[in-house]
Amino acid sequence: MAVIGGQLKPDLPAKFAGDSNMPGQINVEELEKSLLKPRTIFNQLLIVFVTVLTLTALVPLFSVLWMLLWKGGHNLSLAVFTQLPPSPMEEGGGFGNAILGTFVIVSIASMISIPIGVLTACFLSQSETGSGLASTVRFAAKVLTGFPSILAGVFAYGALVLTMGGYSAIAGGVALSILMLPTIVLTSEEAIRMVPKKMKEAAIGMGATDTQLMWMVLLPTAIPGIMTGVMLALARAAGETAPLLFTALFSNYWLGSSGHIDLRQPTASLAVLIYNFAGAPFDNQTSMAWTAALILVVMVLISNLIGQLFSRRQIN
Amino acid sequence: MDCDGQNGKDVVIDCCINDLHYGSFKAVRDTHIPIKKQKITAFIGPSGCGKSTVLRCLNRMNDIVRGFRFSGHVHFGGRDIYHPSIDAVAVRRHIGMVFQQPNPFAMSIYNNVAFGLRLNRYKGSVAEKVEEALKRAALWNEVSDKLQKSGLSLSGGQQQRLCIARAIATDPKVLLMDEPCSALDPISTRKIEELMLELKTHYTIAIVTHNLQQAQRVADETGFLYVDTSEGGRTGYLVEFGDSKQIFEDPQQQHTKDYIGGAFS
Repeated sequence: MAVIGGQLKPDLPAKFAGDSNMPGQINVEELEKSLLKPRTIFNQLLIVFVTVLTLTALVPLFSVLWMLLWKGGHNLSLAVFTQLPPSPMEEGGGFGNAILGTFVIVSIASMISIPIGVLTACFLSQSETGSGLASTVRFAAKVLTGFPSILAGVFAYGALVLTMGGYSAIAGGVALSILMLPTIVLTSEEAIRMVPKKMKEAAIGMGATDTQLMWMVLLPTAIPGIMTGVMLALARAAGETAPLLFTALFSNYWLGSSGHIDLRQPTASLAVLIYNFAGAPFDNQTSMAWTAALILVVMVLISNLIGQLFSRRQIN
Repeated sequence: MDCDGQNGKDVVIDCCINDLHYGSFKAVRDTHIPIKKQKITAFIGPSGCGKSTVLRCLNRMNDIVRGFRFSGHVHFGGRDIYHPSIDAVAVRRHIGMVFQQPNPFAMSIYNNVAFGLRLNRYKGSVAEKVEEALKRAALWNEVSDKLQKSGLSLSGGQQQRLCIARAIATDPKVLLMDEPCSALDPISTRKIEELMLELKTHYTIAIVTHNLQQAQRVADETGFLYVDTSEGGRTGYLVEFGDSKQIFEDPQQQHTKDYIGGAFS
Protein backbone atom coordinates (compact mmCIF):
# COMPACT_ATOMS: atom_id res chain seq x y z
CA MET A 1 0.00 0.00 0.00
CA ALA A 2 1.44 3.28 -1.09
CA VAL A 3 -1.15 5.29 0.70
CA ILE A 4 -1.62 5.14 4.38
CA GLY A 5 -4.32 7.09 5.98
CA GLY A 6 -4.93 9.02 2.80
CA GLN A 7 -1.40 10.50 2.83
CA LEU A 8 1.31 9.74 0.27
CA LYS A 9 4.49 8.36 1.77
CA PRO A 10 7.09 10.97 0.81
CA ASP A 11 9.85 8.44 -0.04
CA LEU A 12 7.82 6.62 -2.68
CA PRO A 13 8.33 7.52 -6.35
CA ALA A 14 5.49 9.55 -7.75
CA LYS A 15 4.38 6.88 -10.23
CA PHE A 16 3.13 4.71 -7.41
CA ALA A 17 0.61 7.34 -6.60
CA GLY A 18 -1.64 5.71 -9.19
CA ASP A 19 -1.44 2.35 -7.43
CA SER A 20 -3.48 3.71 -4.62
CA ASN A 21 -6.30 1.46 -3.57
CA MET A 22 -8.27 4.51 -2.62
CA PRO A 23 -11.50 4.45 -4.58
CA GLY A 24 -11.82 7.35 -7.01
CA GLN A 25 -8.11 8.11 -7.07
CA ILE A 26 -6.72 8.29 -10.63
CA ASN A 27 -3.28 9.42 -11.61
CA VAL A 28 -4.16 11.55 -14.62
CA GLU A 29 -0.57 11.71 -15.84
CA GLU A 30 -0.65 8.00 -16.65
CA LEU A 31 -3.35 8.60 -19.21
CA GLU A 32 -1.28 11.03 -21.26
CA LYS A 33 0.29 10.01 -24.55
CA SER A 34 4.03 9.78 -24.62
CA LEU A 35 6.11 8.71 -27.60
CA LEU A 36 8.99 7.81 -25.35
CA LYS A 37 7.36 4.99 -23.48
CA PRO A 38 8.87 1.64 -24.51
CA ARG A 39 5.52 0.12 -25.34
CA THR A 40 4.65 3.04 -27.63
CA ILE A 41 7.97 2.75 -29.46
CA PHE A 42 7.59 -1.01 -29.83
CA ASN A 43 4.07 -0.58 -31.09
CA GLN A 44 5.11 1.98 -33.72
CA LEU A 45 8.00 -0.20 -34.89
CA LEU A 46 5.76 -3.21 -35.36
CA ILE A 47 3.21 -1.18 -37.29
CA VAL A 48 5.91 -0.02 -39.71
CA PHE A 49 7.32 -3.56 -40.00
CA VAL A 50 3.95 -5.12 -40.77
CA THR A 51 3.08 -2.41 -43.29
CA VAL A 52 6.35 -2.86 -45.16
CA LEU A 53 5.96 -6.63 -45.34
CA THR A 54 2.38 -6.27 -46.52
CA LEU A 55 3.48 -4.01 -49.35
CA THR A 56 6.28 -6.48 -50.21
CA ALA A 57 3.68 -9.21 -50.57
CA LEU A 58 1.89 -7.10 -53.16
CA VAL A 59 5.03 -6.54 -55.25
CA PRO A 60 4.84 -9.79 -57.28
CA LEU A 61 1.17 -9.28 -58.17
CA PHE A 62 1.57 -5.70 -59.25
CA SER A 63 4.84 -6.24 -61.10
CA VAL A 64 3.28 -9.09 -63.05
CA LEU A 65 0.23 -6.96 -63.85
CA TRP A 66 2.47 -4.10 -64.88
CA MET A 67 4.54 -6.32 -67.18
CA LEU A 68 1.40 -7.78 -68.71
CA LEU A 69 -0.08 -4.39 -69.41
CA TRP A 70 3.18 -3.01 -70.72
CA LYS A 71 4.16 -5.92 -72.96
CA GLY A 72 0.74 -7.29 -73.84
CA GLY A 73 -1.48 -4.24 -73.76
CA HIS A 74 -0.36 -2.69 -77.05
CA ASN A 75 -1.41 -5.79 -78.99
CA LEU A 76 -4.97 -5.63 -77.74
CA SER A 77 -7.41 -5.28 -80.58
CA LEU A 78 -10.55 -6.90 -81.90
CA ALA A 79 -8.38 -9.18 -84.04
CA VAL A 80 -7.08 -10.85 -80.90
CA PHE A 81 -10.56 -12.21 -80.26
CA THR A 82 -11.50 -13.05 -83.83
CA GLN A 83 -8.37 -14.35 -85.54
CA LEU A 84 -6.34 -17.53 -85.37
CA PRO A 85 -2.84 -17.77 -83.90
CA PRO A 86 -0.09 -16.57 -86.22
CA SER A 87 2.34 -19.09 -87.64
CA PRO A 88 6.07 -18.33 -87.36
CA MET A 89 7.17 -15.27 -89.34
CA GLU A 90 3.53 -14.27 -89.86
CA GLU A 91 2.42 -10.83 -88.64
CA GLY A 92 -0.81 -10.00 -86.82
CA GLY A 93 -3.22 -12.74 -85.87
CA GLY A 94 -4.95 -13.44 -82.58
CA PHE A 95 -6.07 -16.29 -80.41
CA GLY A 96 -9.86 -16.32 -80.60
CA ASN A 97 -9.83 -20.11 -80.81
CA ALA A 98 -7.86 -20.35 -77.55
CA ILE A 99 -10.29 -18.06 -75.70
CA LEU A 100 -13.21 -20.10 -77.00
CA GLY A 101 -11.38 -23.34 -76.19
CA THR A 102 -10.69 -22.22 -72.62
CA PHE A 103 -14.39 -21.43 -72.20
CA VAL A 104 -15.41 -24.80 -73.63
CA ILE A 105 -12.95 -26.84 -71.56
CA VAL A 106 -13.77 -24.98 -68.36
CA SER A 107 -17.50 -25.41 -69.08
CA ILE A 108 -17.06 -29.16 -69.49
CA ALA A 109 -15.11 -29.21 -66.23
CA SER A 110 -17.88 -27.24 -64.49
CA MET A 111 -20.61 -29.51 -65.79
CA ILE A 112 -18.80 -32.44 -64.25
CA SER A 113 -17.51 -30.93 -61.01
CA ILE A 114 -20.38 -28.66 -59.93
CA PRO A 115 -23.13 -31.33 -59.68
CA ILE A 116 -20.82 -33.91 -58.14
CA GLY A 117 -19.22 -31.36 -55.81
CA VAL A 118 -22.44 -29.78 -54.58
CA LEU A 119 -24.18 -33.12 -54.06
CA THR A 120 -21.16 -34.40 -52.16
CA ALA A 121 -21.32 -31.25 -50.03
CA CYS A 122 -25.00 -31.94 -49.35
CA PHE A 123 -24.11 -35.40 -48.11
CA LEU A 124 -21.19 -34.19 -46.00
CA SER A 125 -23.13 -31.34 -44.42
CA GLN A 126 -25.94 -33.64 -43.34
CA SER A 127 -23.73 -36.43 -42.07
CA GLU A 128 -23.36 -36.86 -38.36
CA THR A 129 -20.12 -35.85 -36.69
CA GLY A 130 -18.87 -39.39 -36.14
CA SER A 131 -19.67 -40.72 -39.61
CA GLY A 132 -16.74 -42.69 -41.01
CA LEU A 133 -17.72 -42.35 -44.65
CA ALA A 134 -18.15 -38.59 -44.36
CA SER A 135 -14.81 -38.02 -42.66
CA THR A 136 -13.08 -40.22 -45.24
CA VAL A 137 -14.62 -38.24 -48.09
CA ARG A 138 -13.76 -34.95 -46.41
CA PHE A 139 -10.18 -36.08 -45.86
CA ALA A 140 -9.91 -37.20 -49.49
CA ALA A 141 -11.20 -33.82 -50.65
CA LYS A 142 -8.62 -32.03 -48.54
CA VAL A 143 -5.84 -34.20 -49.95
CA LEU A 144 -7.14 -33.54 -53.45
CA THR A 145 -6.89 -29.77 -52.82
CA GLY A 146 -3.14 -30.07 -52.89
CA PHE A 147 -3.15 -32.61 -55.73
CA PRO A 148 -0.39 -31.78 -58.26
CA SER A 149 -2.21 -30.59 -61.35
CA ILE A 150 0.12 -32.51 -63.65
CA LEU A 151 -1.08 -35.75 -62.09
CA ALA A 152 -4.66 -34.83 -62.92
CA GLY A 153 -3.46 -34.47 -66.50
CA VAL A 154 -1.67 -37.82 -66.46
CA PHE A 155 -4.77 -39.45 -64.99
CA ALA A 156 -7.04 -38.04 -67.71
CA TYR A 157 -4.43 -38.99 -70.32
CA GLY A 158 -4.47 -42.59 -69.17
CA ALA A 159 -8.19 -42.78 -68.62
CA LEU A 160 -9.46 -40.88 -71.64
CA VAL A 161 -6.84 -39.87 -74.20
CA LEU A 162 -5.53 -43.42 -74.59
CA THR A 163 -8.95 -45.04 -74.59
CA MET A 164 -10.68 -42.48 -76.83
CA GLY A 165 -7.86 -42.52 -79.31
CA GLY A 166 -6.66 -38.94 -79.10
CA TYR A 167 -6.40 -35.61 -77.38
CA SER A 168 -9.75 -33.91 -76.82
CA ALA A 169 -11.59 -31.06 -75.12
CA ILE A 170 -13.46 -33.69 -73.10
CA ALA A 171 -10.26 -35.12 -71.67
CA GLY A 172 -9.14 -31.57 -70.83
CA GLY A 173 -12.44 -30.90 -69.08
CA VAL A 174 -12.18 -34.07 -67.05
CA ALA A 175 -8.63 -33.23 -65.96
CA LEU A 176 -9.68 -29.74 -64.84
CA SER A 177 -12.81 -31.07 -63.12
CA ILE A 178 -10.57 -33.14 -60.84
CA LEU A 179 -8.83 -29.94 -59.79
CA MET A 180 -12.09 -28.03 -59.29
CA LEU A 181 -13.87 -30.74 -57.34
CA PRO A 182 -12.24 -30.41 -53.89
CA THR A 183 -12.63 -26.62 -53.75
CA ILE A 184 -16.30 -26.92 -54.64
CA VAL A 185 -16.93 -29.73 -52.15
CA LEU A 186 -15.23 -28.01 -49.23
CA THR A 187 -16.58 -24.49 -49.76
CA SER A 188 -20.10 -25.76 -50.47
CA GLU A 189 -20.12 -27.91 -47.35
CA GLU A 190 -19.00 -24.90 -45.34
CA ALA A 191 -21.70 -22.74 -46.93
CA ILE A 192 -24.42 -25.28 -46.16
CA ARG A 193 -23.20 -25.70 -42.60
CA MET A 194 -23.28 -21.92 -42.16
CA VAL A 195 -27.05 -21.84 -42.62
CA PRO A 196 -28.32 -20.96 -39.13
CA LYS A 197 -29.45 -23.96 -37.12
CA LYS A 198 -32.69 -22.19 -36.27
CA MET A 199 -33.70 -22.13 -39.95
CA LYS A 200 -33.01 -25.83 -40.18
CA GLU A 201 -35.11 -26.43 -37.09
CA ALA A 202 -37.91 -24.32 -38.52
CA ALA A 203 -38.05 -26.45 -41.64
CA ILE A 204 -37.92 -29.71 -39.71
CA GLY A 205 -40.61 -28.39 -37.37
CA MET A 206 -42.82 -27.67 -40.38
CA GLY A 207 -42.54 -31.31 -41.39
CA ALA A 208 -39.94 -31.03 -44.13
CA THR A 209 -38.29 -34.27 -45.21
CA ASP A 210 -34.49 -34.31 -45.46
CA THR A 211 -34.74 -33.73 -49.20
CA GLN A 212 -37.18 -30.83 -48.83
CA LEU A 213 -34.99 -29.34 -46.12
CA MET A 214 -31.97 -29.45 -48.41
CA TRP A 215 -33.70 -28.37 -51.59
CA MET A 216 -36.04 -25.68 -50.23
CA VAL A 217 -34.05 -24.19 -47.36
CA LEU A 218 -30.39 -25.14 -47.08
CA LEU A 219 -29.32 -24.92 -50.72
CA PRO A 220 -31.16 -21.65 -51.52
CA THR A 221 -29.74 -20.06 -48.38
CA ALA A 222 -26.25 -21.35 -49.12
CA ILE A 223 -26.20 -20.45 -52.83
CA PRO A 224 -24.01 -17.32 -52.44
CA GLY A 225 -21.36 -19.31 -50.57
CA ILE A 226 -21.52 -22.14 -53.07
CA MET A 227 -21.14 -19.71 -55.98
CA THR A 228 -18.09 -18.18 -54.33
CA GLY A 229 -16.47 -21.60 -54.19
CA VAL A 230 -17.41 -22.37 -57.78
CA MET A 231 -15.95 -19.11 -59.06
CA LEU A 232 -12.70 -19.64 -57.16
CA ALA A 233 -12.43 -23.17 -58.56
CA LEU A 234 -13.16 -21.87 -62.06
CA ALA A 235 -10.49 -19.21 -61.74
CA ARG A 236 -7.94 -21.78 -60.72
CA ALA A 237 -8.88 -24.24 -63.45
CA ALA A 238 -8.79 -21.63 -66.22
CA GLY A 239 -5.14 -20.94 -65.55
CA GLU A 240 -3.92 -24.54 -65.43
CA THR A 241 -1.50 -25.54 -68.17
CA ALA A 242 0.07 -28.85 -67.21
CA PRO A 243 -3.09 -30.98 -67.21
CA LEU A 244 -4.12 -29.56 -70.58
CA LEU A 245 -0.80 -30.44 -72.22
CA PHE A 246 -1.63 -34.09 -71.65
CA THR A 247 -5.28 -33.90 -72.54
CA ALA A 248 -6.60 -31.13 -74.78
CA LEU A 249 -3.19 -30.37 -76.28
CA PHE A 250 -3.57 -27.48 -78.71
CA SER A 251 -5.03 -26.68 -82.06
CA ASN A 252 -4.36 -23.88 -84.51
CA TYR A 253 -7.93 -23.96 -85.73
CA TRP A 254 -11.36 -23.09 -84.49
CA LEU A 255 -13.22 -25.70 -82.51
CA GLY A 256 -15.90 -26.11 -85.15
CA SER A 257 -13.69 -25.70 -88.22
CA SER A 258 -14.55 -29.14 -89.57
CA GLY A 259 -18.15 -28.04 -90.01
CA HIS A 260 -19.52 -29.12 -86.65
CA ILE A 261 -18.29 -28.69 -83.12
CA ASP A 262 -16.39 -31.81 -82.18
CA LEU A 263 -15.33 -32.05 -78.56
CA ARG A 264 -13.22 -35.11 -79.36
CA GLN A 265 -10.59 -33.07 -81.18
CA PRO A 266 -7.48 -31.41 -79.77
CA THR A 267 -8.56 -28.01 -78.54
CA ALA A 268 -6.73 -24.74 -78.06
CA SER A 269 -6.62 -23.03 -74.68
CA LEU A 270 -5.10 -19.78 -73.47
CA ALA A 271 -2.82 -21.48 -70.96
CA VAL A 272 -1.25 -23.81 -73.53
CA LEU A 273 -1.01 -21.00 -76.08
CA ILE A 274 1.00 -18.97 -73.60
CA TYR A 275 3.19 -22.00 -72.90
CA ASN A 276 3.82 -22.58 -76.62
CA PHE A 277 4.36 -18.99 -77.66
CA ALA A 278 6.27 -17.67 -74.69
CA GLY A 279 9.30 -19.76 -75.58
CA ALA A 280 8.98 -19.28 -79.33
CA PRO A 281 11.84 -17.45 -81.12
CA PHE A 282 9.46 -15.23 -83.11
CA ASP A 283 8.65 -11.75 -81.83
CA ASN A 284 5.06 -11.75 -82.97
CA GLN A 285 4.38 -15.02 -81.17
CA THR A 286 6.05 -13.89 -77.94
CA SER A 287 4.08 -10.69 -77.88
CA MET A 288 0.91 -12.73 -78.54
CA ALA A 289 1.80 -14.77 -75.46
CA TRP A 290 1.93 -11.57 -73.39
CA THR A 291 -1.45 -10.45 -74.68
CA ALA A 292 -2.94 -13.90 -74.06
CA ALA A 293 -1.57 -13.80 -70.51
CA LEU A 294 -3.19 -10.41 -69.99
CA ILE A 295 -6.55 -11.71 -71.23
CA LEU A 296 -6.25 -14.81 -69.02
CA VAL A 297 -5.46 -12.73 -65.94
CA VAL A 298 -8.42 -10.45 -66.67
CA MET A 299 -10.71 -13.49 -67.05
CA VAL A 300 -9.50 -14.97 -63.78
CA LEU A 301 -9.87 -11.58 -62.10
CA ILE A 302 -13.43 -11.24 -63.32
CA SER A 303 -14.45 -14.66 -62.05
CA ASN A 304 -12.81 -13.89 -58.71
CA LEU A 305 -14.69 -10.60 -58.53
CA ILE A 306 -17.97 -12.34 -59.29
CA GLY A 307 -17.18 -14.79 -56.50
CA GLN A 308 -16.52 -11.89 -54.13
CA LEU A 309 -19.76 -10.27 -55.14
CA PHE A 310 -21.65 -13.41 -54.18
CA SER A 311 -19.91 -13.78 -50.85
CA ARG A 312 -20.61 -10.15 -50.00
CA ARG A 313 -24.27 -10.69 -50.78
CA GLN A 314 -24.24 -13.65 -48.42
CA ILE A 315 -23.01 -11.48 -45.56
CA ASN A 316 -25.76 -8.98 -46.15
CA MET B 1 -46.49 -43.93 -13.39
CA ASP B 2 -50.16 -44.03 -14.15
CA CYS B 3 -50.84 -42.73 -17.60
CA ASP B 4 -54.23 -44.26 -18.10
CA GLY B 5 -56.11 -41.80 -15.99
CA GLN B 6 -59.43 -40.45 -17.06
CA ASN B 7 -58.59 -38.32 -20.03
CA GLY B 8 -61.75 -36.84 -21.36
CA LYS B 9 -62.55 -36.93 -25.04
CA ASP B 10 -61.27 -33.39 -25.32
CA VAL B 11 -57.66 -34.42 -24.81
CA VAL B 12 -55.81 -33.94 -28.12
CA ILE B 13 -52.34 -34.92 -27.00
CA ASP B 14 -51.84 -37.22 -24.09
CA CYS B 15 -48.19 -36.94 -23.22
CA CYS B 16 -46.81 -39.55 -20.88
CA ILE B 17 -43.08 -39.65 -20.40
CA ASN B 18 -41.60 -42.33 -18.18
CA ASP B 19 -37.97 -41.64 -18.99
CA LEU B 20 -36.29 -39.42 -21.52
CA HIS B 21 -32.55 -39.71 -22.10
CA TYR B 22 -29.99 -37.85 -24.15
CA GLY B 23 -27.27 -40.45 -24.32
CA SER B 24 -26.65 -41.44 -20.72
CA PHE B 25 -28.12 -38.20 -19.40
CA LYS B 26 -31.61 -38.60 -18.01
CA ALA B 27 -33.34 -35.36 -18.90
CA VAL B 28 -36.94 -35.95 -17.88
CA ARG B 29 -38.87 -38.53 -15.87
CA ASP B 30 -42.46 -39.18 -14.85
CA THR B 31 -44.24 -36.45 -16.64
CA HIS B 32 -47.85 -36.81 -17.66
CA ILE B 33 -49.55 -33.88 -19.29
CA PRO B 34 -52.87 -34.10 -21.10
CA ILE B 35 -53.30 -31.25 -23.56
CA LYS B 36 -56.91 -30.36 -24.11
CA LYS B 37 -58.58 -29.24 -27.28
CA GLN B 38 -58.75 -25.49 -27.90
CA LYS B 39 -57.11 -24.73 -24.61
CA ILE B 40 -53.75 -23.16 -23.88
CA THR B 41 -51.56 -25.39 -21.78
CA ALA B 42 -48.47 -23.78 -20.26
CA PHE B 43 -45.32 -25.48 -19.00
CA ILE B 44 -43.51 -23.48 -16.34
CA GLY B 45 -40.50 -24.20 -14.21
CA PRO B 46 -36.92 -23.15 -13.52
CA SER B 47 -34.22 -23.23 -16.21
CA GLY B 48 -33.03 -26.71 -17.06
CA CYS B 49 -36.13 -28.46 -15.78
CA GLY B 50 -36.82 -30.01 -19.18
CA LYS B 51 -39.94 -28.09 -20.13
CA SER B 52 -38.66 -27.39 -23.65
CA THR B 53 -37.59 -31.01 -23.94
CA VAL B 54 -41.08 -32.14 -23.05
CA LEU B 55 -42.59 -29.74 -25.58
CA ARG B 56 -40.23 -30.97 -28.29
CA CYS B 57 -41.33 -34.51 -27.57
CA LEU B 58 -44.81 -33.65 -28.71
CA ASN B 59 -43.89 -33.32 -32.37
CA ARG B 60 -40.79 -35.52 -32.33
CA MET B 61 -38.38 -32.61 -32.71
CA ASN B 62 -36.10 -34.45 -30.31
CA ASP B 63 -35.54 -37.11 -32.95
CA ILE B 64 -32.89 -34.92 -34.53
CA VAL B 65 -30.88 -34.84 -31.32
CA ARG B 66 -28.23 -37.55 -31.16
CA GLY B 67 -28.65 -40.11 -28.43
CA PHE B 68 -32.28 -39.28 -27.79
CA ARG B 69 -34.18 -42.16 -26.15
CA PHE B 70 -37.71 -42.13 -24.92
CA SER B 71 -39.86 -44.45 -22.90
CA GLY B 72 -43.54 -43.73 -22.54
CA HIS B 73 -46.03 -42.62 -25.11
CA VAL B 74 -47.48 -39.53 -26.70
CA HIS B 75 -50.98 -40.19 -27.90
CA PHE B 76 -52.19 -37.86 -30.60
CA GLY B 77 -55.74 -38.50 -31.73
CA GLY B 78 -55.58 -41.88 -30.04
CA ARG B 79 -52.36 -43.08 -31.70
CA ASP B 80 -48.91 -43.18 -30.20
CA ILE B 81 -46.68 -40.92 -32.32
CA TYR B 82 -43.62 -42.86 -31.11
CA HIS B 83 -44.99 -46.13 -32.48
CA PRO B 84 -42.55 -47.52 -35.09
CA SER B 85 -45.23 -47.35 -37.78
CA ILE B 86 -45.55 -43.58 -37.42
CA ASP B 87 -43.68 -41.17 -39.73
CA ALA B 88 -42.18 -38.33 -37.69
CA VAL B 89 -42.35 -35.98 -40.69
CA ALA B 90 -46.11 -36.50 -40.98
CA VAL B 91 -46.52 -35.87 -37.25
CA ARG B 92 -44.79 -32.50 -37.55
CA ARG B 93 -47.16 -31.46 -40.31
CA HIS B 94 -50.07 -31.83 -37.89
CA ILE B 95 -48.35 -30.42 -34.85
CA GLY B 96 -46.72 -27.11 -35.71
CA MET B 97 -44.01 -25.38 -33.77
CA VAL B 98 -42.94 -21.81 -32.99
CA PHE B 99 -39.46 -21.41 -31.60
CA GLN B 100 -37.78 -19.23 -29.01
CA GLN B 101 -35.78 -17.24 -31.55
CA PRO B 102 -37.85 -15.92 -34.45
CA ASN B 103 -36.55 -18.03 -37.34
CA PRO B 104 -37.98 -16.95 -40.68
CA PHE B 105 -36.28 -18.37 -43.76
CA ALA B 106 -34.06 -16.13 -45.86
CA MET B 107 -36.82 -15.73 -48.42
CA SER B 108 -39.75 -13.40 -49.05
CA ILE B 109 -42.54 -12.96 -46.52
CA TYR B 110 -44.92 -14.63 -48.96
CA ASN B 111 -42.67 -17.62 -49.52
CA ASN B 112 -42.11 -18.01 -45.79
CA VAL B 113 -45.82 -18.46 -45.21
CA ALA B 114 -46.27 -20.56 -48.34
CA PHE B 115 -43.46 -22.87 -47.27
CA GLY B 116 -45.60 -25.38 -45.44
CA LEU B 117 -48.20 -25.37 -48.20
CA ARG B 118 -45.51 -26.21 -50.73
CA LEU B 119 -44.18 -28.97 -48.50
CA ASN B 120 -47.63 -30.48 -48.58
CA ARG B 121 -48.17 -29.79 -52.29
CA TYR B 122 -51.25 -27.78 -51.43
CA LYS B 123 -53.66 -27.88 -54.35
CA GLY B 124 -55.83 -24.84 -53.69
CA SER B 125 -54.95 -21.16 -53.94
CA VAL B 126 -51.70 -20.60 -52.09
CA ALA B 127 -52.15 -16.82 -52.17
CA GLU B 128 -55.50 -17.08 -50.37
CA LYS B 129 -54.05 -19.33 -47.69
CA VAL B 130 -51.08 -17.01 -47.19
CA GLU B 131 -53.37 -14.03 -46.75
CA GLU B 132 -55.59 -15.92 -44.34
CA ALA B 133 -52.64 -17.07 -42.24
CA LEU B 134 -51.12 -13.59 -42.12
CA LYS B 135 -54.48 -12.14 -41.08
CA ARG B 136 -54.85 -14.72 -38.36
CA ALA B 137 -51.38 -13.94 -37.14
CA ALA B 138 -52.34 -10.25 -36.99
CA LEU B 139 -49.57 -9.36 -39.39
CA TRP B 140 -51.46 -8.75 -42.62
CA ASN B 141 -51.96 -5.02 -42.13
CA GLU B 142 -48.25 -4.51 -41.57
CA VAL B 143 -46.95 -6.54 -44.49
CA SER B 144 -49.70 -6.67 -47.13
CA ASP B 145 -47.85 -4.13 -49.28
CA LYS B 146 -44.44 -5.81 -49.04
CA LEU B 147 -45.06 -9.51 -49.34
CA GLN B 148 -42.08 -9.91 -51.65
CA LYS B 149 -39.64 -8.39 -49.16
CA SER B 150 -37.36 -10.66 -47.20
CA GLY B 151 -38.80 -12.11 -44.01
CA LEU B 152 -35.55 -11.13 -42.33
CA SER B 153 -36.26 -7.43 -42.95
CA LEU B 154 -39.06 -7.42 -40.35
CA SER B 155 -38.64 -6.48 -36.70
CA GLY B 156 -38.26 -9.21 -34.08
CA GLY B 157 -41.90 -9.15 -33.04
CA GLN B 158 -43.08 -9.15 -36.63
CA GLN B 159 -40.72 -12.00 -37.44
CA GLN B 160 -42.22 -14.04 -34.63
CA ARG B 161 -45.74 -13.36 -35.89
CA LEU B 162 -44.52 -14.34 -39.35
CA CYS B 163 -43.33 -17.62 -37.88
CA ILE B 164 -46.73 -18.11 -36.29
CA ALA B 165 -48.39 -17.38 -39.65
CA ARG B 166 -46.06 -19.88 -41.27
CA ALA B 167 -46.94 -22.49 -38.68
CA ILE B 168 -50.71 -22.03 -38.93
CA ALA B 169 -50.86 -21.73 -42.73
CA THR B 170 -51.10 -25.50 -43.02
CA ASP B 171 -53.87 -25.70 -40.39
CA PRO B 172 -52.10 -27.85 -37.82
CA LYS B 173 -54.22 -29.33 -35.06
CA VAL B 174 -51.82 -28.25 -32.37
CA LEU B 175 -49.38 -25.36 -32.08
CA LEU B 176 -46.35 -25.80 -29.84
CA MET B 177 -44.66 -22.60 -28.70
CA ASP B 178 -41.25 -22.75 -27.09
CA GLU B 179 -40.79 -19.50 -25.13
CA PRO B 180 -42.12 -17.54 -28.10
CA CYS B 181 -41.76 -14.16 -26.40
CA SER B 182 -38.44 -14.46 -24.63
CA ALA B 183 -36.61 -12.61 -27.41
CA LEU B 184 -39.24 -9.89 -27.74
CA ASP B 185 -39.99 -6.55 -26.13
CA PRO B 186 -43.08 -6.11 -23.92
CA ILE B 187 -45.23 -4.60 -26.65
CA SER B 188 -44.53 -7.42 -29.09
CA THR B 189 -45.05 -9.87 -26.25
CA ARG B 190 -48.49 -8.40 -25.58
CA LYS B 191 -49.40 -8.75 -29.23
CA ILE B 192 -48.35 -12.37 -29.32
CA GLU B 193 -50.32 -13.07 -26.14
CA GLU B 194 -53.44 -11.49 -27.58
CA LEU B 195 -52.85 -13.50 -30.70
CA MET B 196 -52.62 -16.73 -28.72
CA LEU B 197 -55.96 -16.05 -27.07
CA GLU B 198 -57.49 -15.52 -30.51
CA LEU B 199 -55.84 -18.57 -32.02
CA LYS B 200 -57.26 -20.66 -29.21
CA THR B 201 -60.62 -20.66 -30.98
CA HIS B 202 -59.11 -22.66 -33.86
CA TYR B 203 -56.09 -24.41 -32.47
CA THR B 204 -54.86 -26.21 -29.43
CA ILE B 205 -51.79 -24.51 -28.00
CA ALA B 206 -49.02 -25.71 -25.73
CA ILE B 207 -46.55 -23.09 -24.58
CA VAL B 208 -43.32 -23.14 -22.62
CA THR B 209 -42.68 -19.93 -20.78
CA HIS B 210 -40.30 -18.46 -18.24
CA ASN B 211 -42.71 -15.71 -17.56
CA LEU B 212 -45.18 -16.60 -14.81
CA GLN B 213 -47.39 -13.62 -15.53
CA GLN B 214 -47.61 -14.75 -19.11
CA ALA B 215 -48.74 -18.21 -18.08
CA GLN B 216 -51.24 -16.64 -15.75
CA ARG B 217 -52.56 -14.32 -18.43
CA VAL B 218 -52.98 -16.82 -21.25
CA ALA B 219 -52.98 -20.39 -20.00
CA ASP B 220 -56.07 -22.43 -19.17
CA GLU B 221 -54.03 -25.19 -17.67
CA THR B 222 -50.52 -25.15 -16.30
CA GLY B 223 -47.94 -27.78 -15.52
CA PHE B 224 -45.08 -27.02 -13.15
CA LEU B 225 -41.85 -28.90 -13.75
CA TYR B 226 -38.97 -28.99 -11.34
CA VAL B 227 -35.44 -30.37 -11.30
CA ASP B 228 -34.64 -33.45 -9.31
CA THR B 229 -30.95 -33.75 -8.45
CA SER B 230 -31.29 -36.75 -6.14
CA GLU B 231 -29.98 -39.25 -8.70
CA GLY B 232 -26.90 -37.18 -9.47
CA GLY B 233 -27.92 -35.57 -12.75
CA ARG B 234 -30.45 -32.87 -13.34
CA THR B 235 -33.64 -34.66 -14.19
CA GLY B 236 -36.81 -32.73 -14.76
CA TYR B 237 -40.19 -34.02 -13.67
CA LEU B 238 -43.73 -32.81 -13.42
CA VAL B 239 -44.56 -31.63 -9.92
CA GLU B 240 -48.06 -30.42 -10.39
CA PHE B 241 -50.54 -30.04 -13.17
CA GLY B 242 -53.93 -28.46 -13.14
CA ASP B 243 -56.14 -25.53 -13.84
CA SER B 244 -54.00 -22.37 -14.10
CA LYS B 245 -56.13 -20.62 -11.49
CA GLN B 246 -55.55 -23.44 -9.04
CA ILE B 247 -51.81 -23.69 -9.77
CA PHE B 248 -51.24 -20.00 -9.26
CA GLU B 249 -53.64 -19.36 -6.41
CA ASP B 250 -53.72 -22.59 -4.53
CA PRO B 251 -50.71 -24.77 -5.37
CA GLN B 252 -50.76 -28.11 -3.64
CA GLN B 253 -47.06 -28.91 -3.66
CA GLN B 254 -44.39 -27.14 -1.65
CA HIS B 255 -42.07 -26.76 -4.69
CA THR B 256 -44.85 -25.11 -6.66
CA LYS B 257 -45.65 -22.77 -3.78
CA ASP B 258 -41.99 -21.75 -3.54
CA TYR B 259 -41.65 -21.19 -7.26
CA ILE B 260 -44.87 -19.22 -7.67
CA GLY B 261 -44.04 -17.25 -4.56
CA GLY B 262 -40.68 -16.31 -6.01
CA ALA B 263 -38.60 -18.19 -3.46
CA PHE B 264 -36.35 -19.33 -6.30
CA SER B 265 -36.30 -19.03 -10.03
